[in-house]
Amino acid sequence: MSAPAQHPILDPAAAPPFPAAALPVLRNAQLRKNVAHATDVIQGKRNRLVAEKTDWTELRESASAIRAHTLEHLGEYLAEFEERCTLAGGVVHWAADAGEAREIILRILQEEKADEVIKIKTMTSAEIQLNPFLRQNGVRAYETDLAEIILQLGEDEPSHVVVPALHVNRAQVREIFARTMNLPELSDDPQALTAAARTYLRKMFLTVPTAISGANYLIAETGGVAIVESEGNGRMCLTLPRTMITLAGIEKVIPRFRDLEVMLQVLARSATGERMNPYTSLWTGVTPGDGPQHFHVVLLDNGRSAMLRREMERQTLKCIRCGACMNTCPVYRQTGGHAYGSVYPGPIGAILTPQLQKLEHAQTLPYASSLCGACYDVCPVKINIPEVLIDLRAQVTEKERAEDRRFFDPIYVGMRVANWVFASAGRFRLAQRAARLGLRLFTRKDGWIHALPGVGGRWTMTRDLRGLPQQTFREWWAKERGR
Amino acid sequence: MNSSMRASLFITCYNDTLFPETGRAVVRLLERLGVQVEFRPAQTCCGQMHANTGFRGEAFSQAKRFIKLYVDTEAVVIPSSSCVAMIRDQYPGLVSELGNASLQQDFDALLPRVFELSEFLIDKLRVEDVGAYFPHRVTYHASCHGLRALHLGDRPLRLLKRVRGLELANLENLDRCCGFGGTFSVKNAEVSSAMLTTKLQDVMATRAEFCTALDNSCLMHLGGALHREFAAMRTIHMAEILASTETTVAEARA
Repeated sequence: MSAPAQHPILDPAAAPPFPAAALPVLRNAQLRKNVAHATDVIQGKRNRLVAEKTDWTELRESASAIRAHTLEHLGEYLAEFEERCTLAGGVVHWAADAGEAREIILRILQEEKADEVIKIKTMTSAEIQLNPFLRQNGVRAYETDLAEIILQLGEDEPSHVVVPALHVNRAQVREIFARTMNLPELSDDPQALTAAARTYLRKMFLTVPTAISGANYLIAETGGVAIVESEGNGRMCLTLPRTMITLAGIEKVIPRFRDLEVMLQVLARSATGERMNPYTSLWTGVTPGDGPQHFHVVLLDNGRSAMLRREMERQTLKCIRCGACMNTCPVYRQTGGHAYGSVYPGPIGAILTPQLQKLEHAQTLPYASSLCGACYDVCPVKINIPEVLIDLRAQVTEKERAEDRRFFDPIYVGMRVANWVFASAGRFRLAQRAARLGLRLFTRKDGWIHALPGVGGRWTMTRDLRGLPQQTFREWWAKERGR
Repeated sequence: MNSSMRASLFITCYNDTLFPETGRAVVRLLERLGVQVEFRPAQTCCGQMHANTGFRGEAFSQAKRFIKLYVDTEAVVIPSSSCVAMIRDQYPGLVSELGNASLQQDFDALLPRVFELSEFLIDKLRVEDVGAYFPHRVTYHASCHGLRALHLGDRPLRLLKRVRGLELANLENLDRCCGFGGTFSVKNAEVSSAMLTTKLQDVMATRAEFCTALDNSCLMHLGGALHREFAAMRTIHMAEILASTETTVAEARA
């Protein structure tokens, strides 16, 4: 086994900057291999299933339009959802931020006299750091999604929104289960691992009467909730418990039941590379004698409504959490999810997290991308992630450039000088000459630069740089073609 | 082929300074194809570096400068996909934000006349066989901007396949970024290097002598590592391959 890594921090306010957080991961060969393998497999399946769909472009267009339309009328659809859900016997709560959402959920649990709660996989609960809060207040939360169990028992954190334990391989799962479930003889055969998880879970399903879920979609027209999953644990949580609490971001609403036709098609193919996900659960309020008899929905804002104002930022909320952008991202493939310091990693996380944090934290995330555009290509709701990354970079720069300490920051100095230089061809010519002379100091006899000082050293750390040629193109043109 | 075609070469700031041989190759190639090439010495930079690093205000001035300088040209040819992508993808937003009607008009008129080199050859000149000779095993790296922003598709490969003597080696994971990403390569140098290493595994597996592309930025990144490692491969801009003939071989790149 590799040495125990530091516990990942998924709180953007406390997480180290992306480049620093990425460093230990880059040295973790096992993790990088796990991430590359898993993303290859999922992406391969996704690509095959998208290719077979002759109307993919139209489906994607529709999904994008549904999400964009919803966000433009979010207030109306949320009001409709609240009305319908309440009529159907649900109780709708509104939480302005993470703290409010945690308090609301704790209050419901206390009214239920619950000291244990079972959970369907919900990334939103990780966003509001629900589990540690409940623990502090005497409630034990048990994850029921297989990947989430692995993480909970292994005292680890999710690194992907669809496949939270993507960074863990089978041998590591065996080790965690063998240790925490006291099964020293356990093999790493997938069936044996699943059986161990099933035994572990069965007890909870039968004894814990309160459950928490997230939501893939809230349906305004019916007041219903939809979740999609692969294992059936969510279905169990919806069957046995007396009380269900659904936590959902306000952007999760869709207008009509029939919108699911489009949304479910693009989600399954994009997320897991399946034509249809194994379990799709839909429920509306409460039904006497069937399923939970107490049903609460907590609608979470937590920075979302501030993103609605400009179209540029608003498109971020179209996200349906399929994770396709992570699987294709060449940065994520190297670093995995933990380096992003947020429960939302990868390209979508790089735009969502800083906005949810109102750019007070996670300022390095918009730069955690080479702007290669692979994320935009695969996004089933057409979020132009590179465009938003660039916009957020401009916002970060706007904020930072007023700070005194940025005055001597090499990137800021370089950009200011470059702008002054590029404003005049005469200055540019002089700057080219100056650069040629300056770099001559560092150029070896073979004509190449092997080491540069300062920020240039970040380049020559792994890459040589050819010394500047004796003649720029414009000098050649002036000499050969100039009058 | 239109023999009276005129084209203005926007060399780009980094090609001008770091890769003048690419510019000379573009001139040689286009002139051989009967194009009258001009170079406006007032040109500097398209503003991509500023825009992509978050210096939006600075990018505005570069965009204005570019549009004013080229508004009266018949065609602008740019041997760098990422600079063309800047003009196509980011200028529209910048120009509309400036809200200057005459600048908008100039830009709208200019935009369809801005070409990446392979676009100019195939879409404008309608030529695939440019009469080149390059007797080497070559692999083609598709830059992200050429592939996903400009949708160059198989244009570069169509051009390479018609080069006499050239043996084209297929590159696996063609759509994967090399990790350059402009200032990303220094701001996130370690991650960028990890991406580079992954890319180089595929590049080296081709056993080609040359790795070519339509962007010297990717090639500077790949070539810098190949040089560091004393690898048996060099990088070369596609313009230099296409300009090369039996009598004019490509200029050696160090």
